[in-house]
Amino acid sequence: MEALLYQIFSGLANGIIYGSVALALVMIYQATHHINFAQGEMATFSTFIAWWLIQSGWPYWGAFFFTVAVSFAGGLLVQRIILKPIEKAPVMTNVIVFIGLLLIFNAFSGWFFDHTIKSFDSPFPKDSALTTKYFSAHQFGSAGVLLLVLIGLFAFFKFTPIGLAMRAAAQNPDSARLVGIRVSWMLGLGWGLAAAIGAIAGMMVAPIVFLDPNMMAGILLYGFAAALLGGIDNPLGAVIGGFIVGVLENLLGAYVIGTELKLTVALVLIVATLTLKPAGLFGKKVVVRV
Amino acid sequence: MSKLLEVGKLCAWYGATQVLYDVDFSLEAGHITAILGANGAGKTTTLRALCQVVKTSGSVVLDGTQVVGKSTESVVRMGVAHVPDGRGTFTGLSVEENLRLGAYARGNKAEMLEDMERMFTRFPILKQRRHQQAGTLSGGEQQMLAISRALMLRPKLLLLDEPSFGLAPLIVAEIFRIMRTINKEDHVSMLLVEQNASLALDLADHAYLLETGRVALSGPSDTIKNDESVRRAYLGY
Repeated sequence: MEALLYQIFSGLANGIIYGSVALALVMIYQATHHINFAQGEMATFSTFIAWWLIQSGWPYWGAFFFTVAVSFAGGLLVQRIILKPIEKAPVMTNVIVFIGLLLIFNAFSGWFFDHTIKSFDSPFPKDSALTTKYFSAHQFGSAGVLLLVLIGLFAFFKFTPIGLAMRAAAQNPDSARLVGIRVSWMLGLGWGLAAAIGAIAGMMVAPIVFLDPNMMAGILLYGFAAALLGGIDNPLGAVIGGFIVGVLENLLGAYVIGTELKLTVALVLIVATLTLKPAGLFGKKVVVRV
Repeated sequence: MSKLLEVGKLCAWYGATQVLYDVDFSLEAGHITAILGANGAGKTTTLRALCQVVKTSGSVVLDGTQVVGKSTESVVRMGVAHVPDGRGTFTGLSVEENLRLGAYARGNKAEMLEDMERMFTRFPILKQRRHQQAGTLSGGEQQMLAISRALMLRPKLLLLDEPSFGLAPLIVAEIFRIMRTINKEDHVSMLLVEQNASLALDLADHAYLLETGRVALSGPSDTIKNDESVRRAYLGY
Protein backbone atom coordinates (compact mmCIF):
# COMPACT_ATOMS: atom_id res chain seq x y z
CA MET A 1 0.00 0.00 0.00
CA GLU A 2 2.76 2.32 1.09
CA ALA A 3 4.69 1.64 -2.11
CA LEU A 4 1.61 2.05 -4.27
CA LEU A 5 0.84 5.44 -2.76
CA TYR A 6 4.44 6.43 -3.28
CA GLN A 7 4.25 5.48 -6.94
CA ILE A 8 1.02 7.41 -7.42
CA PHE A 9 2.33 10.55 -5.80
CA SER A 10 5.59 10.53 -7.64
CA GLY A 11 3.57 9.96 -10.83
CA LEU A 12 1.51 13.04 -10.02
CA ALA A 13 4.72 14.98 -9.49
CA ASN A 14 6.00 13.95 -12.92
CA GLY A 15 2.57 14.74 -14.27
CA ILE A 16 3.05 18.38 -13.30
CA ILE A 17 6.04 18.58 -15.60
CA TYR A 18 4.40 16.68 -18.45
CA GLY A 19 1.37 18.90 -18.03
CA SER A 20 3.41 22.09 -18.39
CA VAL A 21 5.16 20.83 -21.52
CA ALA A 22 1.80 19.72 -22.91
CA LEU A 23 0.39 23.16 -22.13
CA ALA A 24 3.12 24.81 -24.17
CA LEU A 25 2.41 22.45 -27.08
CA VAL A 26 -1.31 23.18 -26.88
CA MET A 27 -0.63 26.93 -26.91
CA ILE A 28 1.19 26.73 -30.23
CA TYR A 29 -1.27 24.21 -31.61
CA GLN A 30 -4.18 26.50 -30.78
CA ALA A 31 -2.56 29.46 -32.43
CA THR A 32 -1.05 27.78 -35.50
CA HIS A 33 -2.43 24.23 -35.78
CA HIS A 34 1.11 22.90 -35.75
CA ILE A 35 2.90 20.83 -33.14
CA ASN A 36 6.24 22.34 -32.29
CA PHE A 37 8.83 19.58 -32.11
CA ALA A 38 11.42 22.08 -30.95
CA GLN A 39 9.42 22.94 -27.83
CA GLY A 40 11.57 20.78 -25.53
CA GLU A 41 14.91 22.01 -26.83
CA MET A 42 13.76 25.64 -26.64
CA ALA A 43 12.79 25.01 -23.01
CA THR A 44 16.18 23.44 -22.29
CA PHE A 45 17.96 26.42 -23.79
CA SER A 46 15.85 28.76 -21.64
CA THR A 47 16.73 26.72 -18.56
CA PHE A 48 20.41 27.08 -19.40
CA ILE A 49 19.96 30.86 -19.50
CA ALA A 50 18.42 30.74 -16.03
CA TRP A 51 21.26 28.48 -14.82
CA TRP A 52 23.86 30.86 -16.22
CA LEU A 53 22.19 33.88 -14.59
CA ILE A 54 22.08 32.11 -11.23
CA GLN A 55 25.74 31.12 -11.60
CA SER A 56 26.56 34.78 -12.23
CA GLY A 57 25.02 35.68 -8.92
CA TRP A 58 21.42 36.56 -9.75
CA PRO A 59 18.81 35.69 -7.12
CA TYR A 60 16.64 32.72 -8.16
CA TRP A 61 13.37 34.54 -8.77
CA GLY A 62 15.10 37.40 -10.55
CA ALA A 63 16.67 34.88 -12.92
CA PHE A 64 13.33 33.04 -13.22
CA PHE A 65 11.30 36.03 -14.36
CA PHE A 66 14.07 37.38 -16.55
CA THR A 67 14.35 34.00 -18.26
CA VAL A 68 10.59 33.87 -18.80
CA ALA A 69 10.71 37.33 -20.37
CA VAL A 70 13.70 36.48 -22.57
CA SER A 71 12.03 33.23 -23.66
CA PHE A 72 8.85 35.09 -24.55
CA ALA A 73 10.85 37.50 -26.70
CA GLY A 74 12.83 34.60 -28.17
CA GLY A 75 9.69 32.67 -29.10
CA LEU A 76 8.22 35.77 -30.69
CA LEU A 77 11.41 36.36 -32.69
CA VAL A 78 11.58 32.75 -33.87
CA GLN A 79 8.05 33.09 -35.23
CA ARG A 80 8.65 36.51 -36.79
CA ILE A 81 11.96 35.65 -38.44
CA ILE A 82 11.83 31.94 -39.22
CA LEU A 83 8.18 30.90 -39.37
CA LYS A 84 6.48 33.97 -40.81
CA PRO A 85 7.94 33.43 -44.28
CA ILE A 86 6.47 29.89 -44.36
CA GLU A 87 3.09 30.75 -42.80
CA LYS A 88 1.25 29.64 -45.93
CA ALA A 89 3.55 26.71 -46.73
CA PRO A 90 2.35 23.10 -46.45
CA VAL A 91 2.48 21.28 -43.10
CA MET A 92 5.56 19.28 -44.07
CA THR A 93 7.61 22.42 -44.62
CA ASN A 94 6.74 23.52 -41.12
CA VAL A 95 7.53 20.13 -39.63
CA ILE A 96 10.96 20.14 -41.24
CA VAL A 97 11.63 23.66 -39.95
CA PHE A 98 10.56 22.53 -36.46
CA ILE A 99 13.02 19.64 -36.60
CA GLY A 100 15.70 22.04 -37.79
CA LEU A 101 14.94 24.31 -34.84
CA LEU A 102 15.17 21.30 -32.52
CA LEU A 103 18.69 20.55 -33.75
CA ILE A 104 19.72 24.20 -33.67
CA PHE A 105 18.60 24.80 -30.10
CA ASN A 106 20.07 21.48 -28.96
CA ALA A 107 23.40 22.41 -30.54
CA PHE A 108 23.27 25.93 -29.09
CA SER A 109 22.74 24.54 -25.59
CA GLY A 110 25.79 22.33 -25.95
CA TRP A 111 27.87 25.00 -27.67
CA PHE A 112 27.22 27.82 -25.20
CA PHE A 113 26.93 25.84 -22.00
CA ASP A 114 28.78 22.55 -22.85
CA HIS A 115 27.54 19.01 -22.42
CA THR A 116 28.44 18.31 -18.80
CA ILE A 117 25.52 17.54 -16.53
CA LYS A 118 24.74 20.42 -14.20
CA SER A 119 22.72 20.57 -11.03
CA PHE A 120 19.99 23.17 -10.86
CA ASP A 121 18.76 24.21 -7.45
CA SER A 122 15.13 24.24 -6.51
CA PRO A 123 13.78 27.58 -5.32
CA PHE A 124 11.71 25.78 -2.72
CA PRO A 125 13.30 24.89 0.66
CA LYS A 126 14.21 21.23 1.19
CA ASP A 127 12.63 21.03 4.61
CA SER A 128 9.36 22.78 5.12
CA ALA A 129 5.97 22.15 6.60
CA LEU A 130 4.77 21.06 3.18
CA THR A 131 7.32 18.28 2.82
CA THR A 132 5.66 14.93 3.34
CA LYS A 133 6.64 11.36 2.82
CA TYR A 134 5.21 11.33 -0.67
CA PHE A 135 5.61 14.86 -1.89
CA SER A 136 8.68 17.07 -1.68
CA ALA A 137 8.50 20.82 -1.26
CA HIS A 138 9.77 21.18 -4.82
CA GLN A 139 6.91 19.10 -6.14
CA PHE A 140 4.39 21.16 -4.18
CA GLY A 141 6.08 24.31 -5.40
CA SER A 142 6.04 23.32 -9.06
CA ALA A 143 2.41 22.26 -8.77
CA GLY A 144 1.66 25.73 -7.40
CA VAL A 145 3.58 27.40 -10.22
CA LEU A 146 1.74 25.33 -12.84
CA LEU A 147 -1.59 26.19 -11.24
CA LEU A 148 -0.72 29.90 -11.33
CA VAL A 149 0.26 29.63 -15.01
CA LEU A 150 -3.02 27.90 -15.81
CA ILE A 151 -5.11 30.50 -13.98
CA GLY A 152 -3.12 33.28 -15.61
CA LEU A 153 -3.62 31.82 -19.08
CA PHE A 154 -7.30 31.25 -18.50
CA ALA A 155 -7.79 34.85 -17.37
CA PHE A 156 -5.72 36.14 -20.26
CA PHE A 157 -7.74 34.29 -22.89
CA LYS A 158 -11.09 34.87 -21.26
CA PHE A 159 -10.92 38.49 -20.14
CA THR A 160 -8.40 40.48 -22.18
CA PRO A 161 -9.06 41.85 -25.69
CA ILE A 162 -5.73 40.45 -26.93
CA GLY A 163 -6.57 37.02 -25.55
CA LEU A 164 -9.92 37.13 -27.31
CA ALA A 165 -8.23 38.29 -30.51
CA MET A 166 -5.78 35.38 -30.29
CA ARG A 167 -8.63 32.90 -29.97
CA ALA A 168 -10.45 34.52 -32.87
CA ALA A 169 -7.32 34.48 -35.03
CA ALA A 170 -6.76 30.79 -34.30
CA GLN A 171 -10.35 29.86 -35.04
CA ASN A 172 -11.03 31.84 -38.13
CA PRO A 173 -8.05 33.80 -39.47
CA ASP A 174 -9.96 35.24 -42.44
CA SER A 175 -12.73 36.70 -40.31
CA ALA A 176 -10.19 37.84 -37.75
CA ARG A 177 -8.50 39.97 -40.42
CA LEU A 178 -11.88 41.42 -41.32
CA VAL A 179 -12.32 42.78 -37.78
CA GLY A 180 -8.84 44.29 -37.91
CA ILE A 181 -6.87 41.67 -35.96
CA ARG A 182 -3.24 41.42 -37.06
CA VAL A 183 -3.33 37.64 -37.31
CA SER A 184 0.35 37.15 -38.01
CA TRP A 185 1.28 38.98 -34.81
CA MET A 186 -1.16 36.84 -32.88
CA LEU A 187 0.78 33.79 -34.04
CA GLY A 188 3.94 35.48 -32.83
CA LEU A 189 2.35 36.09 -29.43
CA GLY A 190 1.31 32.43 -29.30
CA TRP A 191 4.93 31.40 -29.90
CA GLY A 192 6.12 33.82 -27.25
CA LEU A 193 3.67 32.49 -24.68
CA ALA A 194 4.53 28.89 -25.51
CA ALA A 195 8.25 29.58 -25.18
CA ALA A 196 7.63 31.29 -21.83
CA ILE A 197 5.59 28.34 -20.54
CA GLY A 198 8.25 25.94 -21.84
CA ALA A 199 10.90 27.91 -19.94
CA ILE A 200 8.87 27.58 -16.74
CA ALA A 201 8.51 23.84 -17.31
CA GLY A 202 12.25 23.55 -17.93
CA MET A 203 13.16 25.39 -14.76
CA MET A 204 10.78 23.23 -12.76
CA VAL A 205 12.06 19.97 -14.21
CA ALA A 206 15.79 20.77 -14.02
CA PRO A 207 16.12 20.26 -10.22
CA ILE A 208 14.66 16.76 -10.63
CA VAL A 209 16.47 15.41 -13.70
CA PHE A 210 19.61 17.62 -13.81
CA LEU A 211 20.41 19.99 -16.62
CA ASP A 212 22.03 18.90 -19.88
CA PRO A 213 21.27 19.69 -23.53
CA ASN A 214 19.11 16.58 -23.90
CA MET A 215 17.17 17.14 -20.69
CA MET A 216 13.78 17.58 -22.35
CA ALA A 217 14.06 14.95 -25.08
CA GLY A 218 12.23 12.20 -23.17
CA ILE A 219 9.99 14.62 -21.34
CA LEU A 220 8.76 16.08 -24.63
CA LEU A 221 7.49 12.63 -25.62
CA TYR A 222 5.51 12.41 -22.40
CA GLY A 223 4.33 15.95 -23.08
CA PHE A 224 3.09 14.88 -26.53
CA ALA A 225 1.28 11.94 -24.99
CA ALA A 226 -0.29 14.21 -22.36
CA ALA A 227 -1.38 16.83 -24.88
CA LEU A 228 -2.90 14.26 -27.24
CA LEU A 229 -4.60 12.33 -24.45
CA GLY A 230 -6.11 15.47 -22.96
CA GLY A 231 -7.11 16.88 -26.33
CA ILE A 232 -4.64 18.96 -28.31
CA ASP A 233 -6.92 22.00 -28.32
CA ASN A 234 -7.74 22.06 -24.61
CA PRO A 235 -5.26 23.64 -22.14
CA LEU A 236 -6.92 22.17 -19.06
CA GLY A 237 -7.14 18.80 -20.81
CA ALA A 238 -3.39 18.97 -21.45
CA VAL A 239 -2.69 19.38 -17.75
CA ILE A 240 -5.07 16.59 -16.75
CA GLY A 241 -3.49 14.46 -19.49
CA GLY A 242 -0.12 15.20 -17.88
CA PHE A 243 -1.27 13.79 -14.55
CA ILE A 244 -2.79 10.71 -16.17
CA VAL A 245 0.38 10.01 -18.14
CA GLY A 246 2.57 10.57 -15.07
CA VAL A 247 0.63 8.19 -12.83
CA LEU A 248 0.07 5.57 -15.52
CA GLU A 249 3.73 5.56 -16.46
CA ASN A 250 4.83 5.09 -12.85
CA LEU A 251 2.31 2.38 -11.99
CA LEU A 252 2.93 0.38 -15.16
CA GLY A 253 6.66 0.85 -14.72
CA ALA A 254 6.62 -0.36 -11.13
CA TYR A 255 4.18 -3.24 -11.36
CA VAL A 256 3.70 -4.39 -14.92
CA ILE A 257 6.36 -3.72 -17.51
CA GLY A 258 9.41 -2.67 -15.49
CA THR A 259 11.14 0.69 -15.43
CA GLU A 260 13.15 0.12 -18.61
CA LEU A 261 10.03 0.17 -20.72
CA LYS A 262 8.48 3.29 -19.16
CA LEU A 263 8.94 5.43 -22.25
CA THR A 264 6.94 2.86 -24.19
CA VAL A 265 3.91 3.89 -22.16
CA ALA A 266 4.06 7.34 -23.70
CA LEU A 267 4.44 5.97 -27.21
CA VAL A 268 1.64 3.45 -26.77
CA LEU A 269 -0.61 6.18 -25.40
CA ILE A 270 0.12 8.39 -28.42
CA VAL A 271 -0.71 5.62 -30.89
CA ALA A 272 -3.75 4.48 -28.89
CA THR A 273 -5.18 7.99 -28.59
CA LEU A 274 -4.69 8.76 -32.26
CA THR A 275 -6.32 5.52 -33.41
CA LEU A 276 -9.11 5.15 -30.85
CA LYS A 277 -10.04 8.70 -29.84
CA PRO A 278 -8.20 11.21 -32.04
CA ALA A 279 -9.79 14.22 -30.35
CA GLY A 280 -8.46 13.13 -26.94
CA LEU A 281 -10.42 12.88 -23.72
CA PHE A 282 -11.42 16.54 -23.48
CA GLY A 283 -10.80 17.81 -26.99
CA LYS A 284 -13.39 19.06 -29.40
CA LYS A 285 -14.18 16.74 -32.24
CA VAL A 286 -13.38 18.60 -35.43
CA VAL A 287 -15.71 17.92 -38.29
CA VAL A 288 -14.69 19.28 -41.66
CA ARG A 289 -17.25 19.83 -44.34
CA VAL A 290 -16.02 18.56 -47.70
CA MET B 1 -22.69 65.07 -52.31
CA SER B 2 -19.13 63.99 -51.63
CA LYS B 3 -17.72 60.72 -52.86
CA LEU B 4 -16.92 58.30 -50.04
CA LEU B 5 -15.20 55.77 -52.26
CA GLU B 6 -13.78 56.05 -55.74
CA VAL B 7 -12.71 52.95 -57.58
CA GLY B 8 -10.73 53.19 -60.80
CA LYS B 9 -9.45 50.48 -63.12
CA LEU B 10 -9.82 47.85 -60.42
CA CYS B 11 -8.52 44.41 -61.41
CA ALA B 12 -8.43 41.35 -59.18
CA TRP B 13 -6.95 37.87 -59.44
CA TYR B 14 -7.28 34.51 -57.77
CA GLY B 15 -3.86 33.05 -58.37
CA ALA B 16 -3.29 33.45 -62.10
CA THR B 17 -6.97 33.83 -62.96
CA GLN B 18 -8.13 37.38 -63.50
CA VAL B 19 -11.68 37.96 -62.25
CA LEU B 20 -12.16 41.74 -62.42
CA TYR B 21 -11.26 43.82 -65.47
CA ASP B 22 -10.89 47.60 -65.05
CA VAL B 23 -13.94 48.09 -62.87
CA ASP B 24 -14.84 51.74 -62.23
CA PHE B 25 -17.45 52.91 -59.78
CA SER B 26 -17.97 55.33 -56.93
CA LEU B 27 -20.06 55.50 -53.79
CA GLU B 28 -21.82 58.55 -52.37
CA ALA B 29 -21.50 59.06 -48.63
CA GLY B 30 -24.67 58.05 -46.83
CA HIS B 31 -26.07 56.08 -49.75
CA ILE B 32 -26.81 52.42 -50.27
CA THR B 33 -25.27 51.10 -53.45
CA ALA B 34 -25.97 47.68 -54.89
CA ILE B 35 -23.82 45.49 -57.11
CA LEU B 36 -25.89 43.09 -59.17
CA GLY B 37 -24.91 40.30 -61.46
CA ALA B 38 -25.11 36.59 -62.16
CA ASN B 39 -23.03 33.86 -60.53
CA GLY B 40 -19.36 34.38 -61.27
CA ALA B 41 -19.76 37.97 -62.43
CA GLY B 42 -17.26 39.14 -59.80
CA LYS B 43 -19.56 40.64 -57.17
CA THR B 44 -18.01 38.96 -54.16
CA THR B 45 -14.56 39.52 -55.61
CA THR B 46 -15.26 43.25 -55.86
CA LEU B 47 -15.95 43.39 -52.11
CA ARG B 48 -12.90 41.27 -51.41
CA ALA B 49 -10.79 43.53 -53.59
CA LEU B 50 -11.95 46.61 -51.67
CA CYS B 51 -10.77 44.92 -48.44
CA GLN B 52 -7.52 43.77 -50.05
CA VAL B 53 -8.30 40.12 -49.36
CA VAL B 54 -7.45 39.21 -52.97
CA LYS B 55 -4.60 40.33 -55.20
CA THR B 56 -5.62 43.63 -56.79
CA SER B 57 -4.37 46.42 -58.96
CA GLY B 58 -5.86 49.78 -59.82
CA SER B 59 -7.06 52.42 -57.44
CA VAL B 60 -9.47 52.38 -54.51
CA VAL B 61 -9.64 55.73 -52.73
CA LEU B 62 -11.56 55.88 -49.47
CA ASP B 63 -12.09 59.38 -48.13
CA GLY B 64 -9.00 60.61 -49.95
CA THR B 65 -6.74 57.71 -48.93
CA GLN B 66 -5.44 55.06 -51.31
CA VAL B 67 -6.38 51.58 -50.10
CA VAL B 68 -4.68 49.36 -52.71
CA GLY B 69 -1.46 47.94 -51.27
CA LYS B 70 -2.56 48.14 -47.66
CA SER B 71 -3.19 45.06 -45.53
CA THR B 72 -6.74 43.91 -44.87
CA GLU B 73 -6.33 44.79 -41.20
CA SER B 74 -5.34 48.34 -42.07
CA VAL B 75 -8.28 48.79 -44.44
CA VAL B 76 -10.61 47.63 -41.66
CA ARG B 77 -9.00 50.08 -39.29
CA MET B 78 -9.79 52.85 -41.79
CA GLY B 79 -13.47 52.12 -41.19
CA VAL B 80 -14.46 49.49 -43.73
CA ALA B 81 -16.55 46.72 -42.18
CA HIS B 82 -17.10 43.61 -44.26
CA VAL B 83 -19.85 41.05 -43.75
CA PRO B 84 -18.40 38.29 -45.94
CA ASP B 85 -20.30 35.53 -47.71
CA GLY B 86 -20.81 32.76 -45.19
CA ARG B 87 -21.12 35.57 -42.61
CA GLY B 88 -17.67 35.07 -41.09
CA THR B 89 -19.06 34.25 -37.67
CA PHE B 90 -16.61 33.04 -35.02
CA THR B 91 -18.70 29.96 -34.44
CA GLY B 92 -16.77 28.72 -31.41
CA LEU B 93 -17.07 32.01 -29.53
CA SER B 94 -20.10 33.42 -27.76
CA VAL B 95 -22.41 36.03 -29.28
CA GLU B 96 -21.02 38.64 -26.91
CA GLU B 97 -17.42 37.76 -27.79
CA ASN B 98 -18.26 38.09 -31.49
CA LEU B 99 -19.58 41.58 -30.86
CA ARG B 100 -16.56 42.51 -28.75
CA LEU B 101 -14.32 41.42 -31.63
CA GLY B 102 -16.25 43.71 -33.97
CA ALA B 103 -15.02 46.68 -31.94
CA TYR B 104 -11.50 45.23 -31.50
CA ALA B 105 -9.87 47.61 -33.98
CA ARG B 106 -11.30 50.65 -32.18
CA GLY B 107 -9.96 49.64 -28.78
CA ASN B 108 -12.35 51.81 -26.80
CA LYS B 109 -14.05 49.77 -24.12
CA ALA B 110 -16.66 52.31 -23.01
CA GLU B 111 -17.88 52.89 -26.58
CA MET B 112 -17.78 49.15 -27.20
CA LEU B 113 -20.14 48.46 -24.29
CA GLU B 114 -22.39 51.32 -25.35
CA ASP B 115 -22.56 50.01 -28.94
CA MET B 116 -23.21 46.49 -27.72
CA GLU B 117 -26.28 47.73 -25.84
CA ARG B 118 -27.46 49.49 -29.00
CA MET B 119 -27.11 46.26 -30.98
CA PHE B 120 -29.08 44.44 -28.29
CA THR B 121 -31.86 47.03 -28.57
CA ARG B 122 -31.89 46.66 -32.32
CA PHE B 123 -31.70 42.87 -32.28
CA PRO B 124 -33.29 41.74 -28.99
CA ILE B 125 -32.79 38.09 -29.95
CA LEU B 126 -29.02 38.59 -29.72
CA LYS B 127 -29.39 39.79 -26.15
CA GLN B 128 -31.23 36.62 -25.23
CA ARG B 129 -28.48 34.60 -26.82
CA ARG B 130 -25.53 36.69 -25.68
CA HIS B 131 -23.74 33.89 -23.81
CA GLN B 132 -24.61 31.23 -26.33
CA GLN B 133 -22.02 29.84 -28.73
CA ALA B 134 -22.50 31.71 -32.03
CA GLY B 135 -22.39 28.52 -34.11
CA THR B 136 -25.62 27.34 -32.48
CA LEU B 137 -27.61 30.32 -33.77
CA SER B 138 -30.04 29.97 -36.65
CA GLY B 139 -29.08 31.35 -40.05
CA GLY B 140 -31.12 34.52 -39.61
CA GLU B 141 -29.72 35.12 -36.14
CA GLN B 142 -26.20 34.61 -37.44
CA GLN B 143 -26.83 37.16 -40.19
CA MET B 144 -28.06 39.65 -37.59
CA LEU B 145 -24.97 38.90 -35.52
CA ALA B 146 -22.74 39.41 -38.55
CA ILE B 147 -24.31 42.80 -39.32
CA SER B 148 -24.11 43.83 -35.66
CA ARG B 149 -20.49 42.74 -35.46
CA ALA B 150 -19.68 44.86 -38.51
CA LEU B 151 -21.52 47.86 -37.06
CA MET B 152 -19.51 47.58 -33.83
CA LEU B 153 -16.64 49.06 -35.84
CA ARG B 154 -18.72 52.24 -36.36
CA PRO B 155 -17.78 51.89 -40.02
CA LYS B 156 -17.69 54.60 -42.64
CA LEU B 157 -18.57 51.94 -45.16
CA LEU B 158 -20.37 48.66 -44.64
CA LEU B 159 -19.79 45.93 -47.22
CA LEU B 160 -22.54 43.31 -47.30
CA ASP B 161 -22.16 40.10 -49.25
CA GLU B 162 -25.51 38.45 -50.01
CA PRO B 163 -27.26 39.11 -46.71
CA SER B 164 -30.33 37.27 -48.03
CA PHE B 165 -28.46 34.07 -48.83
CA GLY B 166 -30.09 30.91 -47.52
CA LEU B 167 -32.68 32.70 -45.39
CA ALA B 168 -36.46 32.45 -45.32
CA PRO B 169 -38.25 35.33 -47.11
CA LEU B 170 -39.74 36.68 -43.88
CA ILE B 171 -36.31 36.86 -42.23
CA VAL B 172 -34.87 38.48 -45.35
CA ALA B 173 -37.56 41.17 -45.25
CA GLU B 174 -36.78 41.79 -41.58
CA ILE B 175 -33.05 42.09 -42.21
CA PHE B 176 -33.53 44.45 -45.17
CA ARG B 177 -35.88 46.60 -43.09
CA ILE B 178 -33.23 46.87 -40.37
CA MET B 179 -30.55 47.70 -42.92
CA ARG B 180 -32.67 50.57 -44.18
CA THR B 181 -33.10 51.84 -40.60
CA ILE B 182 -29.38 51.63 -39.96
CA ASN B 183 -28.68 53.59 -43.10
CA LYS B 184 -31.23 56.28 -42.26
CA GLU B 185 -30.51 56.60 -38.52
CA ASP B 186 -26.77 55.95 -38.28
CA HIS B 187 -25.91 57.30 -41.75
CA VAL B 188 -23.78 54.26 -42.52
CA SER B 189 -22.93 54.03 -46.21
CA MET B 190 -23.44 50.56 -47.61
CA LEU B 191 -22.25 48.57 -50.56
CA LEU B 192 -24.52 45.61 -51.07
CA VAL B 193 -23.94 42.56 -53.22
CA GLU B 194 -27.09 40.62 -54.04
CA GLN B 195 -28.31 37.93 -56.37
CA ASN B 196 -31.84 38.86 -55.50
CA ALA B 197 -31.94 41.89 -57.78
CA SER B 198 -35.45 43.15 -57.05
CA LEU B 199 -34.80 43.09 -53.31
CA ALA B 200 -31.52 44.95 -53.73
CA LEU B 201 -32.96 47.55 -56.10
CA ASP B 202 -35.77 48.31 -53.64
CA LEU B 203 -33.24 49.06 -50.92
CA ALA B 204 -30.46 50.74 -52.87
CA ASP B 205 -30.20 54.31 -54.14
CA HIS B 206 -27.80 53.40 -56.89
CA ALA B 207 -26.81 50.20 -58.63
CA TYR B 208 -24.08 48.72 -60.79
CA LEU B 209 -24.49 45.67 -62.94
CA LEU B 210 -21.45 43.41 -63.34
CA GLU B 211 -21.04 41.00 -66.20
CA THR B 212 -17.98 38.71 -66.32
CA GLY B 213 -15.84 41.06 -64.30
CA ARG B 214 -16.80 44.31 -66.06
CA VAL B 215 -19.34 47.01 -65.26
CA ALA B 216 -22.12 46.55 -67.81
CA LEU B 217 -24.56 49.15 -66.59
CA SER B 218 -24.89 51.72 -63.83
CA GLY B 219 -27.41 54.27 -62.66
CA PRO B 220 -29.98 55.14 -60.03
CA SER B 221 -31.95 52.10 -58.84
CA ASP B 222 -35.17 53.28 -60.45
CA THR B 223 -33.55 53.62 -63.87
CA ILE B 224 -31.92 50.22 -63.60
CA LYS B 225 -35.17 48.67 -62.46
CA ASN B 226 -36.88 49.87 -65.62
CA ASP B 227 -34.11 48.87 -67.95
CA GLU B 228 -35.49 46.38 -70.42
CA SER B 229 -32.53 43.98 -70.43
CA VAL B 230 -32.10 44.00 -66.65
CA ARG B 231 -35.78 43.32 -66.21
CA ARG B 232 -35.67 40.30 -68.46
CA ALA B 233 -32.35 38.89 -67.26
CA TYR B 234 -32.37 39.60 -63.54
CA LEU B 235 -35.86 40.53 -62.41
CA GLY B 236 -37.72 37.93 -64.42
CA TYR B 237 -40.68 39.83 -65.81
